[in-house]
Amino acid sequence: MKYVSEFRDPVAARALLSAIAARADQIGATRAQPVHIMEICGGHTHSIFRYGLDKLIHPGVAFIHGPGCPVCVLPMARVDECVQIAEQPGVIFTTFGDAMRVPGHRCSLMQAKAAGADIRMVYSPLDALELARRNPDRQVVFFGLGFETTTPSTALCIQQAAREGLTNFSIFCNHITVPEPIRALLGDPDMVLDGFIGPGHVSMVIGIHPYDFIAQEFRKPIVVAGFEPTDLLQSVLMVLTQIAEGRAAVENQYARVVPEHGNPVSLAAMADVYEKRPSFEWRGLGEIDASGLRIRAKYAAFDAEEKFGIGYAAGPRNVPEPEGCACGAVMTGRIKPTACPQFGRGCTPEMPLGALMVSSEGACAAYWQYGGQRAAAEEGALPPSPVPGDSPGIFDPR
Amino acid sequence: MCLGIPGQIIAITDAGRLMAMAEVSGVRREVNVACVAGNDLSALVGQWTLIHVGFAMSLIDADEAAATLAVLRDLGEAQEALDQMRAADAALAGAP
Ligand code: SF4
Repeated sequence: MKYVSEFRDPVAARALLSAIAARADQIGATRAQPVHIMEICGGHTHSIFRYGLDKLIHPGVAFIHGPGCPVCVLPMARVDECVQIAEQPGVIFTTFGDAMRVPGHRCSLMQAKAAGADIRMVYSPLDALELARRNPDRQVVFFGLGFETTTPSTALCIQQAAREGLTNFSIFCNHITVPEPIRALLGDPDMVLDGFIGPGHVSMVIGIHPYDFIAQEFRKPIVVAGFEPTDLLQSVLMVLTQIAEGRAAVENQYARVVPEHGNPVSLAAMADVYEKRPSFEWRGLGEIDASGLRIRAKYAAFDAEEKFGIGYAAGPRNVPEPEGCACGAVMTGRIKPTACPQFGRGCTPEMPLGALMVSSEGACAAYWQYGGQRAAAEEGALPPSPVPGDSPGIFDPR
Repeated sequence: MCLGIPGQIIAITDAGRLMAMAEVSGVRREVNVACVAGNDLSALVGQWTLIHVGFAMSLIDADEAAATLAVLRDLGEAQEALDQMRAADAALAGAP
């Protein structure tokens, strides 16, 4: 337990690790027959790798990295559509920095910007709103991206734009929801999942009850968790305890931030502005029913898909993902990133092929950043190379 | 983008639009407080909040703020958020 010492509360972490070990032994979990716990949120994936939790924890607990990184699940076709909008004359296209390097079929937003499109990185949709106020002769489009944590922000911006009567502001809506892909994964007979760590900041908005079906219909435990290493360990312990006691419930480990019923103002704004799409395409997972949001007809003037007649507004579409990329299998936890034939070869953070390599919350980027490149070399998947991360201790946190 | 960053509300800047000035790791940034506003906006001044993409989404106490910031620093996400705020300033200034 070399690295526990760097935790803010190493004593608590050690106690939790031994309690987890006791529970894991009690339910007979072993390296060969582990309990599979999916952490849904990419922020949790990043935290697990950063603190080496997967190495510190009892070998009978296997983390499966879920689809909870909005950048990673963005289909190539949506990136193409962003570029298409950004290239229209008079458009200022605004986006979170995270999305700039996601590859499209032709190019990424970064490459489109280099080629002359007016694409600007912003921190908030509020910045896009302000750009629209300052540039009345330009069309300002914001790339609305993210799960329920960022959805209220674009909903509130659209309401504000409507109040101000802005006619040059619109959102290219790619907001997605957490519960539906989980339902899809649970319905997949190939998936072996014994429990879930739920995304804390999503539940801060939607509360914990949208996950009731996981416990009630599928009889699996889910614990909504914070992001500190001890939060994650405590949540794993809570999942194991439910399994040991033969229970399946939705529990809230992060009650200091997550209200049971979520944030009423956010929920009201989301309900006013958005409705569910019949289905939405996820990179690697395909179309998932009711998993995406679109802007309601009464706010159509702020809907970039309607305004520019692209995306789902242009009719049914299905654009295949590139050959040789295993993003889907990684995202559903079927294989580890290092088992992808492209990992470290055709796909690196500098030259990403799949989106899982782009964002620091993507499983492939996390493996790469925190020593997976070394692990891959040891497994013979890659020739050993003097890479920056090739320091002693594979999972030495940096 | 998905993880909120703690910031302390230091002033209400535009009550009509529910905007306030927050201090995030020494950087000042205007944020929307619609999701945490009660009846008395001025009561927010001095409070710590979790800020997601420019929106204060939850009130937290000072200890929670410190702990969250420590994790975000470890993950490199605090720096990323601050960089994005700076990039946004550039975008607003007109630099494409
Ligand atoms: S290594 Fe690249 S191509 Fe392979 S699964 Fe990861 S992101 Fe996709």
